[in-house]
Amino acid sequence: MINWFKYSTPSTFYPLAGRLAPWFMLAAIAIGSLGLYIGFFLAPTDAQQGEGYRIIFLHVPVSWMSMFIYLVMAFWAAVGLAFNSRLSAMMARALAPTGAMFTFLSLWTGALWGKPMWGTWWVWDARLTSELILLFLYIGIMALQSAIENARRADKAGALLTLVGVVNIPIIYFSVEWWNTLHQGASVSLTRAPSMATIMLVAMLLVSLAAWMYTISVALIRARCIILERERHSTWVHRLNEKKP
Amino acid sequence: MKWNSAAEFFAMGGYAPYVWGSLSVTLIALVVEVALLSRRRKRSISKLPEKSDFERKNNESST
Repeated sequence: MINWFKYSTPSTFYPLAGRLAPWFMLAAIAIGSLGLYIGFFLAPTDAQQGEGYRIIFLHVPVSWMSMFIYLVMAFWAAVGLAFNSRLSAMMARALAPTGAMFTFLSLWTGALWGKPMWGTWWVWDARLTSELILLFLYIGIMALQSAIENARRADKAGALLTLVGVVNIPIIYFSVEWWNTLHQGASVSLTRAPSMATIMLVAMLLVSLAAWMYTISVALIRARCIILERERHSTWVHRLNEKKP
Repeated sequence: MKWNSAAEFFAMGGYAPYVWGSLSVTLIALVVEVALLSRRRKRSISKLPEKSDFERKNNESST
């Protein structure tokens, strides 16, 4: 059995993350290129939306990521609060900027898809509004953390806000069922067969997998930066010899 | 391959600004994030204490 606690201290996590991050990035580039190739070169034209539907191969993966990253961040925030472990709070902080970026991309690609299909860049319906609130949550959490001088107190305050904001995730996800929205319902669901051609689904899932790999890689690298910044006076960081003489 | 020519591909059936606007901004955002991250890594390494400083300080506290 893997001793998970062994990897829960910064000094063992740091070199492991450094070894894993490049492989996740390579996987992201390879899988993402394949997914976009299938989506942009092999997938057929949509009967209703013509070629404009191809935005789906970006919009759905970045929107999923914007929500998943928040859930993972909330998980680490909760672990950090419960066990007072340094590394979980660092992981939560390492995820926030990437989550904010994917949320912005979700709104951006959504606007560019909405304009030709609905005739408007933006509408204050439940799905779009709750996704905008998600962006404000990410920004709010990062701003709160950077406004508090003491790192451990900043972690705790950020973790609390993260956990309060988690209520927004089911609201985003189910908004298209709970309210009448201009936004269409889910393209893929666990309970019924997908309402799209297999090749389109394959492209979308590959790009989503690539987004996961990208996020893992970037979060590991950012966590390493946070570790160096916070523990620079410790003996183990000194022994890493990152600063070449 | 579903396209007959490069021009047809880039035209995206009239949806070019929307499709390419989505793809380009997505790729730019990813590249910018990676660039900012590599700058942060360089900066956090440069802020590490100098080897000599660290060793002197440690010797002082241990004696």
